[in-house]
Amino acid sequence: MKFDKPETTNPIDQLKVVGQAVDRVDGPLKVTGTATYAYEWHDPDSRLAYGYPVGSTIAKGRIVSMDLSRARAAPGVVTVVTAEEAGELGKGSRNVATLLGGPDIEHYHQAIAIVVAESFEQARAAASLIQVTYQAADGKFDLAAEREGLGPTGSDDKVGEFETAFANAAVRLDETYTTPDQSHAMMEPHASLASWDGDKLTIWTSNQMIAWSVEDIAKTLKIPPADVRVVSPYIGGGFGSKLFVRSDMILAALGARATGRPVKIALPRPFLMNNTTHRPATIQRIRIGAERGGKITAIAHEGWSGNLPDGEPENAVDQTKLLYAGAHRLTGTRLATLDLPEGNAMRAPGEAPGLMALEIAMDEMAERLGLDPIDFRVINDTQVDPGNPNRPFSHRQLVECLRIGAERFGWSARNARPATVREGRWLKGIGVAAGFRNNLTMKSGARVRLDGRGVVTVETDMTDIGTGSYTIIAQTAAEMMGLPIERVEVRLGDSTFPAAAGSGGQWGANSATAGVYAACVKLRETVAQRLGFNSKDCVFADGEVRSGDRRAPLTQAASNGEVVVEDTIEFGDLRKTHQQSTFAAHFVEVGVDAATAETRVRRMLSVCSAGRILNPKTARSQVIGAMTMGVGGALMEELAVDTRRGFFVNHDLAGYEVPVHADIPHQEVIFLDEVDVMSSPMKAKGVGELGLCGVGAAVANAVYNATGIRVRNYPITLDKLITQLPGAA
Amino acid sequence: MRAFTYERAASPVQAAAAAAANPGAKFIAGGTNLLDLMKLEIETPSHLIDVNGLGLDTIETIPEGGLRIGALVRNTDLAADERVRRDYGVLSRAILAGASGQLRNRATTAGNLLQRTRCPYFYDTAQPCNKRQPGSGCSAIGGFSRQLGIVGTSEACIATNPSDMAVGLRVLDATIETVKPDATTRRIPIAEFHRLPGDTPHIETVLEPGEFITAVTLPSPVGGKHVYRKVRDRASYAFALVSVATVLQQDGTGRVAVGGIAHKPWRVEAAEAELPRGAKAAAERLLAGAKPTHDNAFKMPLVERALGSVLDETRS
Ligand SMILES: Cc1cc2nc3c(=O)[nH]c(=O)nc-3n(C[C@H](O)[C@H](O)[C@H](O)COP(=O)(O)OP(=O)(O)OC[C@H]3O[C@@H](n4cnc5c(N)ncnc54)[C@H](O)[C@@H]3O)c2cc1C
Ligand code: SF4
Repeated sequence: MKFDKPETTNPIDQLKVVGQAVDRVDGPLKVTGTATYAYEWHDPDSRLAYGYPVGSTIAKGRIVSMDLSRARAAPGVVTVVTAEEAGELGKGSRNVATLLGGPDIEHYHQAIAIVVAESFEQARAAASLIQVTYQAADGKFDLAAEREGLGPTGSDDKVGEFETAFANAAVRLDETYTTPDQSHAMMEPHASLASWDGDKLTIWTSNQMIAWSVEDIAKTLKIPPADVRVVSPYIGGGFGSKLFVRSDMILAALGARATGRPVKIALPRPFLMNNTTHRPATIQRIRIGAERGGKITAIAHEGWSGNLPDGEPENAVDQTKLLYAGAHRLTGTRLATLDLPEGNAMRAPGEAPGLMALEIAMDEMAERLGLDPIDFRVINDTQVDPGNPNRPFSHRQLVECLRIGAERFGWSARNARPATVREGRWLKGIGVAAGFRNNLTMKSGARVRLDGRGVVTVETDMTDIGTGSYTIIAQTAAEMMGLPIERVEVRLGDSTFPAAAGSGGQWGANSATAGVYAACVKLRETVAQRLGFNSKDCVFADGEVRSGDRRAPLTQAASNGEVVVEDTIEFGDLRKTHQQSTFAAHFVEVGVDAATAETRVRRMLSVCSAGRILNPKTARSQVIGAMTMGVGGALMEELAVDTRRGFFVNHDLAGYEVPVHADIPHQEVIFLDEVDVMSSPMKAKGVGELGLCGVGAAVANAVYNATGIRVRNYPITLDKLITQLPGAA
Repeated sequence: MRAFTYERAASPVQAAAAAAANPGAKFIAGGTNLLDLMKLEIETPSHLIDVNGLGLDTIETIPEGGLRIGALVRNTDLAADERVRRDYGVLSRAILAGASGQLRNRATTAGNLLQRTRCPYFYDTAQPCNKRQPGSGCSAIGGFSRQLGIVGTSEACIATNPSDMAVGLRVLDATIETVKPDATTRRIPIAEFHRLPGDTPHIETVLEPGEFITAVTLPSPVGGKHVYRKVRDRASYAFALVSVATVLQQDGTGRVAVGGIAHKPWRVEAAEAELPRGAKAAAERLLAGAKPTHDNAFKMPLVERALGSVLDETRS
């Protein structure tokens, strides 16, 4: 099915199942521990062996020699595979560093071997017996030091004459903000079980993008994609770190190939920080010029980040092209070459760090203009793409988000003069920020089966990374086929199923359900035909197909065997004529300890406008999780770089702090009633990442309101406040 | 983790003798620190002596005054004990400010006292660390040292003792009771129990090889208001950047011990004499001779302000 015209009425609009706060269909499996996660696959009939990775202990240089003899002789060891043993490997098109390094070393904890043994403990013990001699080379590890003189990546995006307009603006802001390297820190580590059957490889793993993985595994191992099967039905969090093939898959496959046995491996926690990907640090310069009344005339956002050679920049500037009006504009990224581990997508890449900077700048600018920060944003709202005024937003309710949120949060009680509200030992402040995330859509396929029991089974390689995909897909099929949700079975995360959108960039929910919609439209047509109906005017309800006076049970269509159809939704050119984005307003109240400068969040509200909400319960879970990530980014998350040795030092969950329950207060989420006919037949958009975009700045602005101290370098830890607190020496 | 042999101790003195006879041996109590370190091969004992079967898990009232806390009393039980909560509130609060409920259920009094530093370089066996590998150098000096020590540090090591409980015990003047392999016993004041790093940061206490902790005693209650203030980046489940344990009397006198700043719970009697004059005067004495790094210089004002806040709160 091609989606290239604004959607009209369709069966989803009934909203009997879709749009309802249905409980997670996979909930019982998860709370009873019976959902099988990657490391838990176990075939009792196979002689499973356990792998353990060895990581480089230098950041850059060469392996001169490796002594594997003690490891090979250790109890239980079956084999050790290094790059030398593995033979020539290709490289996937989505990973920058080589997943099995050697002799060249590109980053700290780059995998250089897998030890395979009869037990996990034996593999781990033997791994530490490998002696490696390195020749270390000098590397570059300090973004700030590499920043000077870097030109634009590609070319800057320019509208009008920014420099002139900025120079002539009545009120100006020119500030620089930084965000640190961050780690996904999801609960489930990367893990894989690989098994070869002749030339055919199956990998049970934890991955967000099944079809991408098949391609990149095939490329890396130099085998045909048709020989690779990837299975990943349950995923204990990914946050972008499982978008791509990582070392666990390749090491498991190589270990299994070398031993002729299934091999299972999980990356140890420290590998998460230095072996896999992370969100790269950014330095962001923002300039805003405005008229005295608050109208923005010039806006520029430049972002510096670093990555390994051939890596991409962190695109922290894109939202600035679209979020606010202004005739003269400049945005661009600059990329330094660094020898730190690979930087890549993490939790709303681009917009999350970009808004952390932009939305502080907006708060600062409002203050310079003597405007309320909400009014300032409203003044600069735009209903069209500011770079191309002929291109309207498909739907944009940022102003409504801000206004409704202000009302609900009690914004009018805010004292605009900072550091004036005290409650016991706490300095109290509230802050606001706009949230923005583009709505991406991806081609997505599904197969649906109707059987004689009247059960519809959906098969797609879509993944559920804890987000609720199982549930909203079941809702979609139930709505389309006129069945209660219990009559729908959903099977996900297997490359033998049709390729779907996968989970990333908040494109999953809308695109994957649209794919299921397309397949169900086909199933309805086939069923109607088999039952002798004119498919156009059929109603599917209560397990029946009805048209005029005639009705027939759905099961009748499958009386001579299953009905199986497959379709794929493809997205046309609507985005060329209409900009599709999602919007939010985030409100935060903090208390800052007047003595110690510890910041604790006291209240949070997010108002989201993101198309049709397919399931308010799972969507709310997404948004409150995202808001929690926003608190983490604002107040504590930072990979500490040792710029002498070139690695992230705090490489475990004790050193890399993310919020715990005690950090998160009451969170309220409001979804505006909205349908977007330009986005898909579901009229939905992405919402998960929107819940994060802007939250960090709302926290930062609240800290400013509480203390009068403007921190432009995240995370806002107490050391950045303590010497400037009221009463500090 | 390296392979090890295992035995269950029959008595404290037998445990001590067994440990002395086998230089690769370690006692294991709750295991919440030791096992983590073994998995990373930071600790590599070749033999474990499990002391969990020895009893030593009761808290007794000492007839002359005070409490005797068995070495294997779990942190949860110690913090919840009625007598501790009534008379030694700072200890209860310090324990509850640490780790998590699950860990405190396992963690023992002796094990907590002997938990090792959380210096991140200590945790990466690929990095030089004098504490882990004597003579290899200290990566934290000149590296990432935000969490690390500001007083009593040395050229060899700037690590901190991470225990909250130990700070509470220090301010209460606890005593550690031990038995040696030759069955002699001794009582070590907590002030003397932990060592400064000097040029042997790998030697953290005055315990001799094989010496086994049997109990910790608390002297008679001293009254006063008991406060434990732990300052950290997140609200729970994090080690202290700085912690302040105080026992303050109505007349303005009192005691203060500070955690998160040194290789041992930090208490300076001369600073306590300044308490009636306020936090600034006391902190100046407490931190005399401090050598903070660029990363952890914030701990200097933080100690003073946290103490000031505790004094204000207690006195108001
Ligand atoms: C995730 C995490 C968070 C934590 N957070 C905090 C925190 O915020 N604050 C805090 O204070 N602590 C914290 N801890 C540390 C925790 O308090 C310690 O791990 C615990 O107290 C150790 O006690 P244990 O009985 O398990 O010791 P074990 O691990 O069994 O032993 C520790 C050491 O003591 C020795 N030992 C044990 N018993 C004796 C004895 N009777 N005589 C002589 N030697 C003995 C052992 O040989 C070993 O060297 C945390 C730990 C973890 C894992
Ligand atoms: S501070 Fe101490 S523990 Fe940390 S690296 Fe230096 S020697 Fe090791």
